[in-house]
Amino acid sequence: MNPWPFVSAAYGVTFLASAGLALWSWLEMRRAERK
Amino acid sequence: MPSLHALANPARFLKLARPLTPALFWAGVALIAIGSWAGLSQTPPDYLQGDAFRILFIHVPVAWLGMAGWSGIAISSFTFLVWRHPLAMIAARAIALPGAVFTALCLITGSIWGRPTWGTWWEWDGRLTSMLLLFFVYLGFLALHRADADRGGDGRISAIYGVAGSVLLPIIHYSVIWWNTLHQGESIGLTSSTIAGSMLWPLPFTLLGFTLFFAGIVLMRMRAILAISKAEARMRRMAA
Repeated sequence: MNPWPFVSAAYGVTFLASAGLALWSWLEMRRAERK
Repeated sequence: MPSLHALANPARFLKLARPLTPALFWAGVALIAIGSWAGLSQTPPDYLQGDAFRILFIHVPVAWLGMAGWSGIAISSFTFLVWRHPLAMIAARAIALPGAVFTALCLITGSIWGRPTWGTWWEWDGRLTSMLLLFFVYLGFLALHRADADRGGDGRISAIYGVAGSVLLPIIHYSVIWWNTLHQGESIGLTSSTIAGSMLWPLPFTLLGFTLFFAGIVLMRMRAILAISKAEARMRRMAA
């Protein structure tokens, strides 16, 4: 079984979820501090 | 501890948190990038698992943060219950969502790793099941805190739940010893490892990187909660 699709999927999901969480948290912080 | 009490002052906390947030976040991103690049291209493949073992460089950090996140919630909740520092409960609240996300990522990356190595996406064994339970405990904390806030509670119920949930942490840690599991036993310790150093060296980069990244996100969320509370207090004063 070729492992690379699994490796790519694991890294892809982790980076996407981490980036999404960071962006959401940063936007929430900016919005709240501007109020 | 006077220094801890001094930090519990929101104004002093914000003075420290403002420069620390981008510093921790970007240092984390840089270390994750270095560690991932090295883990994907600069280490030899495992003799048994081949290249699938490279998932380790992200799976171990997200698993560590899923558990460390709950330790943070438990310590903050305990601090809130004993010393009544509101900042402690804000910290617990700020940790909950990133902790749940990293626990979910641990389950997802573990499942993806399990398919080429174990031949299955999921198995109801001790480690996997206890980690899934931790994810549900995180969701419970988030729901409980929201419900408590909606009815005007002071967070004590969530804090008790935060401390009680820490019972799961030793169960997760020792699950590979107590039960005969499909998940491998402890292979990486503080002083020794059963994995060759030539394969393992990028792990400290991703471990530290994800930890700093997580800390940066927690600070962002704490700053948001503090700013919202401040705005709400101002509006209450204006209405009075």
